[in-house]
Amino acid sequence: MVERRSFSDLLAHAILLLGVGILAFPVYLCFVGSTHPQDVISNGQMPLTPGPLLFDTYYRTLFVGSDRTTRDPVSGMLINSFIMASIIAVGKITISIVSAYAVVYFRFPFRMAAFWAIFMTLMLPVEVRIYPTYKIVADLGMLDTYVGLTVPLIASATATLFFRQFFMTIPDELIEASKLDGAGPVRFFIDTVVPLSRTNIAALFVILFIYGWNQYLWPLLITTRGDMQTVVIGIKKMIVTSDALTEWPIVMATAMLAMLPPVAVVILMQRWFVKGLVETEK
Amino acid sequence: MATLSLDGVCKTYPGGVVAVKGVSLAVPDGAFAVLVGPSGCGKSTLLRMIAGLETVTAGTIRIADKVVNEVEPADRDIAMVFQNYALYPHMSVFDNMAYGLRNRRTPVDEIRARVGEAARLLEIDQLLARRPRELSGGQRQRVAMGRAIVRKPAAFLFDEPLSNLDAKLRVQMRVEIRKLQKRLGTTSVYVTHDQVEAMTMADVLVVMNKGGADQIGPPREIYQRPATQFVAGFIGSPAMNFLPGEIGGDGRSVTVAGTRIGLPEGVRQQAGRRVTVGLRPEDLVPDAHGALEITIDLVEHLGTDTIVHGALSGLALSAKQLVVRLPGDREVADGFRIQFSVPGDKLHLFDAATGARV
Amino acid sequence: MEKRAVFGGWVLPSVLLAPQLAVTIVFFYWPTSQALWSSFLLEDAFGLSSRFVGLENYRTLLTKSDYFRAAVTTAIFASLVTTLSLSMALLLAVQADKSIRGAGIYKTLLIWPYAVAPALAGVLWLFMFQPSLGVVTRGLVALGIDWNPLLRGEHAMTLVVLAAVWKQISYNFLFFLAGLQAIPKAVIEAAAIDGAGPTRRFWTIVLPLLSPTAFFLLVVNIVYVFFDTFGIIDAMTAGGPSKATETLVYKVFSDGRLGGDLGGSAAQSVILMVIVVALTAVQFRYIERKVAY
Repeated sequence: MVERRSFSDLLAHAILLLGVGILAFPVYLCFVGSTHPQDVISNGQMPLTPGPLLFDTYYRTLFVGSDRTTRDPVSGMLINSFIMASIIAVGKITISIVSAYAVVYFRFPFRMAAFWAIFMTLMLPVEVRIYPTYKIVADLGMLDTYVGLTVPLIASATATLFFRQFFMTIPDELIEASKLDGAGPVRFFIDTVVPLSRTNIAALFVILFIYGWNQYLWPLLITTRGDMQTVVIGIKKMIVTSDALTEWPIVMATAMLAMLPPVAVVILMQRWFVKGLVETEK
Repeated sequence: MATLSLDGVCKTYPGGVVAVKGVSLAVPDGAFAVLVGPSGCGKSTLLRMIAGLETVTAGTIRIADKVVNEVEPADRDIAMVFQNYALYPHMSVFDNMAYGLRNRRTPVDEIRARVGEAARLLEIDQLLARRPRELSGGQRQRVAMGRAIVRKPAAFLFDEPLSNLDAKLRVQMRVEIRKLQKRLGTTSVYVTHDQVEAMTMADVLVVMNKGGADQIGPPREIYQRPATQFVAGFIGSPAMNFLPGEIGGDGRSVTVAGTRIGLPEGVRQQAGRRVTVGLRPEDLVPDAHGALEITIDLVEHLGTDTIVHGALSGLALSAKQLVVRLPGDREVADGFRIQFSVPGDKLHLFDAATGARV
Repeated sequence: MEKRAVFGGWVLPSVLLAPQLAVTIVFFYWPTSQALWSSFLLEDAFGLSSRFVGLENYRTLLTKSDYFRAAVTTAIFASLVTTLSLSMALLLAVQADKSIRGAGIYKTLLIWPYAVAPALAGVLWLFMFQPSLGVVTRGLVALGIDWNPLLRGEHAMTLVVLAAVWKQISYNFLFFLAGLQAIPKAVIEAAAIDGAGPTRRFWTIVLPLLSPTAFFLLVVNIVYVFFDTFGIIDAMTAGGPSKATETLVYKVFSDGRLGGDLGGSAAQSVILMVIVVALTAVQFRYIERKVAY
């Protein structure tokens, strides 16, 4: 805005505050819901302010779980989510960075074919190949395992392209200097490429961790045992259609706990997050 | 057609940083004023205040005798040429130039006529259908100027428009800009850090230093009688030499570099005053009996002139360097010793503490 | 686009590429080809044998009314979510782009919802709009609206749309803000000096320069609505009531759940694949052309 109009600034603040409020409101209500007793909520009498039962509810949620439905402590689910997200993030990064390295820094037959094979998978989100993939995982006996949860999601084209794009910006002089210094491909990778890629790895980690944590369809199909559930799936199962039975305080507390890690990651690592988001889409 | 006047204009940023302190300037109708100075001296800030892109903390700005401090840029009847041209990337050259007129609801025929006229003037009429990204730097610059010209504003403002061009193009363009402005007769304010551009283009030259205008006047006057040591050192290439000196006991001479030089007739200075003596490289006259002697350690041949750098002989501690301009046909080489004298009326004396001319 | 200096040999790169290619082949191409092949087969009633029927599965699908209905639902869903979340995000981004105090804090406070899983977003909104105990429901009832997403299709759709829009605003906001900040300030100033007020500048300068970003987001949002909203739908309505919120992806899931028509389910997957490929291709083609001004 070039003109000096305090009205315009005021309007900006008003709209932005409204936006922030709208985005925060559901989460706020969620928090409020997690602090009131079950019957207050079920009777439709929940006020807009937090209630008394903070510690109890969260304790029960984490260690006891929902009495009438799944009976699994949410802490277990949180651990599953955490393991799944971490494996996916770390796995994707590792596989992709070495693949990108191979494609960029070597010349060998079928190089371009390999690249295109990876690239094409961009167009195939998991929802599209869901049942055939499920069948394969089941046939391999990987249902209800961490392996089955994570491996099919681990070969990502986005991460590989992201690293490839970054590697293209590394000056050729660096590899030439390394060669003169007697470094082979492995040395060059470990000593030069990886340190240079640090911020990119951090950025990608944020995005992939959130992606892994928030996975829904795939874990839904793959896990049947209660103790293998991720927290995102677990929540769904707590909500029964006849809602007199749904333990809303527990559900809300679970939701709060489920949102905490990814939101914390985004806020604490905001700069990397923004970088990762903006640059993976180019 | 308008005059431009600034009265005690100041700009202080919210954090307390003072960008411009009390500049007063009167630009007559049709004149070309140049604001020159090193980076950070406040010249661009001042220009932007005239444009209305920065607020004025104190003082008044008048365009055509109307106070415009509170007037929005769109209503000040000015046009600006930006350093990076700021062309509208998604519009053709024609639309870039027509934009301002369309905003003011000028009739379509008149738009076509004015844009065509300006394009011919700037020799870009073959480029009207192109987009900015298809043009060279020089062409973009002309389009930026075309955009300013079609509006026929009361004043043109230029913010270092030639900085992004290569040296040769820069020399060519500054002549074109000046000729164009003369032809159109529009009052102009031009910002640059290049003192050669400033000297060659200005009717009114404003030398700025740390937010203030050290001197305002015609280029010739500024060159011949710089008001402060800063101005003296900034204007002129190669730069003026500075040596510490002291006014003689009778107030009629100055002792510098171990010699006493008489001041011109009728001039009397405060006796014993500590001064900085400024000597322009072209004012040092080779003189076999001259009191100043240098030993050359670098020679620069320019063709018409030769610039020699050398250490002053006979000075106690720091071997002070002098830069002297000699005629191009004179034979010189490293290691030569040459004596110089300086006529008293070519001395520029500045107070050693304040830098003001004495 | 190629590196000038490279390493020789093929053993090491093959080893490096092996993991990714292995997973890609086993879990991408193999299932995809299975799906493709299955889509041309028709199983008998007991699932014991199947015969090749060419495009019959596709023909059946495209003429069946519930597939058509799912397609329409998806289209409505896509247009609503895209329009709403893009316009709200643009509004917020324009405000955040002004240099006001606290712009950075606003940015943080507007980005975090990206981290919330779609399914969780569904749960949150479900809680607010729950027919018997939701807080917002109370407000709606007070306004005289007979709110019941469990029975009324359009209510369920509204609910799902709201949750999907809520979730997507952050992402769009971020990209719009980046796009706005990429516009050189001098261009805006030049427009101002050229007599264009804020509104006129927005329509004649800002929007055109923002159009690559806007187009990109349009495609991304459409893909999002098609696929990533599965969690929202499953958590909130399970496609109901009476399939009112069943999108094409959800239909693949629920049809497959019931077992039976393997060929039909595969054909649905293939159709979705074609849609994604088309969208992605369009996007790449467009981005390539309009890369730099």
